[in-house]
Amino acid sequence: MSVIYMLLAISVSVALLFFVFFILSVRKGQFDDSYTPSVRMLFDDELVKETAEEPSHDHPKQSN
Amino acid sequence: MDQAPCFHCGDPCGSESLAFDGKAFCCSGCKTVYQIFRDHKLDYYYELEEGAGRSPQWEEGKYDFLDDPDIAGRLLDFQDGSHHVINFSIPHIHCSSCIWVLENLHKLHPGVISSQVDFPKREARVHYDSESLGLKELVQLLSAIGYEPSITLEQYSGKEAKKDRTLIYQIGVAGFAFGNIMFLSFPEYFETGEFWLEQYKGLFRWLMFSFSVPVVFYSGSGYLKAAYKGLRAGILNIDVPIALGILVLFLRSTVEIALDWGSGFFDSLSGLVFFLLLGKYFQQRTYSHLSFERDYKSYFPIAVTRLKAGGGEENVPVYQVEKGDRLLIRNHSLIPADSLLLAGQAEIDYSFVTGEARPVHKQPGDLIYAGGKQLQGVIEVEVLKPVSQSYLTELWSDSAFSKAPKSSFRNLTDRIGKRFTLAILTIAAVAAFAWLFIDPSKALNVLTAVLIIACPCAIALAAPFTLGNMLRIFGRKGFYVKDTESLERMAQAETMIFDKTGTISTAQKNSIRYTGIELSESEAAVLKNVVRASGHPLSQALYRQLAPYNIMPLEAFEEHLGQGLEGRAGGHHIKVGSSDFVRASKSLPQTGTEVHVSSNDDYKGCFTIRNSYRDGSGALFKRLSERYSLAVLSGDNEVEKEALGELLPPLTPLYFNQKPKEKLLFVRELQQQGLKVIMVGDGLNDAGALAQSDVGIAVSEESNLFTPACDAILDSRQFAGLDRFLAMARKAMGVIRLSFGLSLIYNLVGLYFAITGQLEPVIAAILMPLSSVSIVAFTTLATNWIGRDAGTETKEIPR
Repeated sequence: MSVIYMLLAISVSVALLFFVFFILSVRKGQFDDSYTPSVRMLFDDELVKETAEEPSHDHPKQSN
Repeated sequence: MDQAPCFHCGDPCGSESLAFDGKAFCCSGCKTVYQIFRDHKLDYYYELEEGAGRSPQWEEGKYDFLDDPDIAGRLLDFQDGSHHVINFSIPHIHCSSCIWVLENLHKLHPGVISSQVDFPKREARVHYDSESLGLKELVQLLSAIGYEPSITLEQYSGKEAKKDRTLIYQIGVAGFAFGNIMFLSFPEYFETGEFWLEQYKGLFRWLMFSFSVPVVFYSGSGYLKAAYKGLRAGILNIDVPIALGILVLFLRSTVEIALDWGSGFFDSLSGLVFFLLLGKYFQQRTYSHLSFERDYKSYFPIAVTRLKAGGGEENVPVYQVEKGDRLLIRNHSLIPADSLLLAGQAEIDYSFVTGEARPVHKQPGDLIYAGGKQLQGVIEVEVLKPVSQSYLTELWSDSAFSKAPKSSFRNLTDRIGKRFTLAILTIAAVAAFAWLFIDPSKALNVLTAVLIIACPCAIALAAPFTLGNMLRIFGRKGFYVKDTESLERMAQAETMIFDKTGTISTAQKNSIRYTGIELSESEAAVLKNVVRASGHPLSQALYRQLAPYNIMPLEAFEEHLGQGLEGRAGGHHIKVGSSDFVRASKSLPQTGTEVHVSSNDDYKGCFTIRNSYRDGSGALFKRLSERYSLAVLSGDNEVEKEALGELLPPLTPLYFNQKPKEKLLFVRELQQQGLKVIMVGDGLNDAGALAQSDVGIAVSEESNLFTPACDAILDSRQFAGLDRFLAMARKAMGVIRLSFGLSLIYNLVGLYFAITGQLEPVIAAILMPLSSVSIVAFTTLATNWIGRDAGTETKEIPR
């Protein structure tokens, strides 16, 4: 019988948890720009790795 | 010439192609950027998009003022020790390559900590370490790779308002509550009568109640406030029945559950608010990279170089410039105040102001007006009037800019809302009165039911969705309208006024006519080579116009600033330029911009260069004249009266020599006669008229740049299709009226249930979202159908 109180409490608190996440993400500015991230996620990571291995940028790449 | 496009900027390379690293470049600027990128392993830039770059254009010393800590401090967003954050507006951002390279700035300079691009706003936010990288160096770094930020007086004079995210929070709260309340209402929907559910009914209902409290008082607060304001001002706007609906829903539901009469309408309530807010959101999202509020501050520099009395230079903020100050104006810099030219030859480009792209020549002793851009070399000027009181900037002190003359406009929804509200209140009162005789216990029930079911959710959604979608369709075709209200006003206008230079005529195409003695072939060849050697816009226009001849070396060449050119080759001594310079008779009538030519001191003739009119403008005016009364206001003299008369339908009034203020007053006068005016213009000299008119449309060759404050920005390539956009705006209003009719049917069905006293929560929960969803579907389909054949798609990145 009292299990329903517990279930309700759980369901409402899960909902509230997601609501809090939503508020936090808005506050961090995730909803301000809805276009750029869609482009950004498609950039290849390879070049970033390459520079991480050799942090000095002195010698230019030979091929293009 | 069939040449490969420039590897960096994608422009055709022309005859001076540079080969480097097996690739072709159009200029050394492009090549340098490529080298910088290659040396820093950023050549991925070229893999993302081809020819995305731009040749860097900046002048040494242009950003010296950024060394001044006061000026720099006002531009920064945030600073903590040496960690500085700044937001740059970079108009050139246009593709994924731009995003990528700007977010990898740290590879170009270790002083950059991180950078992030906001593409829709064309902004980059850069975190940097001010100890290893100064603001000036950062700006120069960006300029050197072709991403010159625009740093203007506007950013200096005030920080932009903080981002308003209230609507997103409100939608979040409403959506959260809506979902949970629906969930909790399930037992009631099915009326299972199951024992345990009956036991906990009270708990479920009070939970719904507590979820709906923030919906009403936070998410719905905008409607409650708007209705209150409207009532206080004596206006029955559409917010009144909405607010009434929300409040009645909430109160009746609360009473119902408190007295255990039923489950209330909390689900309908939160759903209603949620949908309404979604409509608002849809309407609000427009073009964040375009600015519709620009005034002269968006063009003027932040600081200028002042010459100290005892010699030496100093950088001072523009606001501190006073009468009598001597300023140094560099190449490609703006003249900030009306001044007297003291030294140097000035070629002033007034295209920001008038739309006229051809520079004007000034000599020492001449008056130079603020807003012009110096094109050749350095000049020295003495300020005659402070910045805010100059010929051009004075315009902004007119009341058209300070008050909001358009606020008196009542949109269609509000106009219908008034009648609607009166009708609903009457029906509710009559129905309740009738029930007093039939069954008094049900009278209150019927009264509230009518107010609930008649809540004009669908009506309130029709306009935002129709007009919001129309804005998006227009935007894809190159016509950017500020907000939905501007669209409504556009549909109502019946008078159109056009500016001439830069609006009807284009600076990009010239028509050149030669009059005089025919030039021999060898003379023409020398002439072509002489004008080729000069960077002056008129020379370049002439160069493109002349038939192709072989490039030949000139034996002698000299450019006389502001006067003309002379050159010698193959026995011909050619002089081109002003009539004084070439020694032609001065009595020739002026019919445009003229370039005179002489060969071996024999006067030959002159080239008359005129701006040509935009393609299809004749046909456009013909179509427009069927519905609108037209007029043309031009700041120029009457030289082109005849040509313009041929272009326009007969009897169109033409006014010449109009000062910026006169244009504004002309529009105001028409409005005082009760006319609704659309002003179509381009430069800052139209800014007053654009602000005063009911709808100001700015025609722009490049929509990211150079548009004065207006209600809509029209891509110049779409100029010939302007009438179609206006027709579509009118059709959109028709769609809204149809949607009103549609939602009225839903309301009548709902009213039947309400008046007969059988409104169950389930019926409300089905009927209200159903009407909203079908209105949204109808308006979306209808607007897409209307917009199906409007103009060609432009290369604008979708929002």
